[in-house]
Amino acid sequence: MGQSITVTVNGEQRSAEVEPRLLLVHFLREKLRLTGTHIGCDTTHCGACTVLVQGTPVKSCTMLAVQADGQQVTTVEGLLTAGALHPIQAAFKQEHGLQCGFCTPGMMLTSIALLKDNPDPTDDDIRWALSGNICRCTGYMNIVKAVKSAAVQMKAAAAVPAATAAARS
Amino acid sequence: MLPAPFEYHAPRSVDEALDLLDQFGDEGKVLAGGQSLIPLLKLRFASPGHLVDINKIPELDFIEERDGTLRIGPLFRHKAAERSSLLASRYHVMADAAPMIADPIIRNRGTIAGSVAHADPSGDWGTVLLAMDADLVLRSKKGSRTVKARDFFSGPFSTALEANEILTEIRIPAAKAMTGGAYLKLERKVGDFATVAVAVHLRMDDGKVGSAGIGLTAVGPQNIKAEKAEASLKGVRLDDAAIKQAAALAAEASDPKADHRGSVEYKRNVVRVFTERGLKRASERARGGG
Repeated sequence: MGQSITVTVNGEQRSAEVEPRLLLVHFLREKLRLTGTHIGCDTTHCGACTVLVQGTPVKSCTMLAVQADGQQVTTVEGLLTAGALHPIQAAFKQEHGLQCGFCTPGMMLTSIALLKDNPDPTDDDIRWALSGNICRCTGYMNIVKAVKSAAVQMKAAAAVPAATAAARS
Repeated sequence: MLPAPFEYHAPRSVDEALDLLDQFGDEGKVLAGGQSLIPLLKLRFASPGHLVDINKIPELDFIEERDGTLRIGPLFRHKAAERSSLLASRYHVMADAAPMIADPIIRNRGTIAGSVAHADPSGDWGTVLLAMDADLVLRSKKGSRTVKARDFFSGPFSTALEANEILTEIRIPAAKAMTGGAYLKLERKVGDFATVAVAVHLRMDDGKVGSAGIGLTAVGPQNIKAEKAEASLKGVRLDDAAIKQAAALAAEASDPKADHRGSVEYKRNVVRVFTERGLKRASERARGGG
């Protein structure tokens, strides 16, 4: 009863034969061995399994792998670029936005989608955007700090090429 | 948790989807946002033999106001409702409800029509549609029929939708001038189902109530349309006495069960208080405020 699917995961095309009932999170963890996506509650509550599908945060325990056929999926493993941490990863590290780290991949991916929509979020915006991701150890304070800090870094990084271009013209 | 095995189909057109559903009968199930269905499959509360995924039919994702009707397609997602300037400006009860559905990640995928078809008595959209006096278009291979929201729900997770039908369109009378609404929801935390929620959709006419719609969430075996409360308001001036009376009638129409979220008395009282507040907020908005 296998169905063949091709999913672009972290920029790379991955094909597999899967059972229709296979959840996206199991496809990522077991077929592709991308174990950075965690299974927390397995009941659509906690957000630990959040990945980006076509740039949008989705709970991968609540989507079938076959539904991702032909789509782009980003997991935490896709955040590193040429060995350099993504600004959100650097900010979570710098601001101690984690203790055990279990919720962190989901937190970071949801934050990346937030910052794309809203590059300059308030604390309330951040708390609201992350309200589907549950953390049981940091108490959220440092997570909010980390997202704010990443927002500043990402805006500064985006401003540099623009300023350089302006100086040239 | 894994669902029981099923066959998966991703039709590219509504006709193709309807053909499949016709063929599978009771063994077929429509998959839209999947945010209720997939958890049900995983818990094995449901084990259909065939899933018909409608997500590859992009023309089902729409919202438009046309010919005096607001039309919403089956793939219109909670997140899109939350961001819709049309809903924010003229359909306040929907704009209020959208950001209170589940949590932000679930809202990215879940759909209004899917939530209505799922018919959880604690679901929010059914209540909103009852207050707005919506029509639901149910299409099968044989044709389309239109069912009033008030005739659609028949019990917990039970509706008039047949196994071979798709809820292809939600139709809501376009908001006229002096229309306002509100959705008030009491929840213990983000992502929880309502302890109680109340939807109000109000049209004022020359200082009096032209029409009033009131829906109740999580206080009965299905979403409730508080028809006596609605009728008590028609044609009257919306003063404190009228608001109090309607709120008392709405509380009477509720039929809550005691559970970990609260006692019967508590929930009924929340219905009363929320109906009062909802009517006040809706009438301010009808006048262009709030």
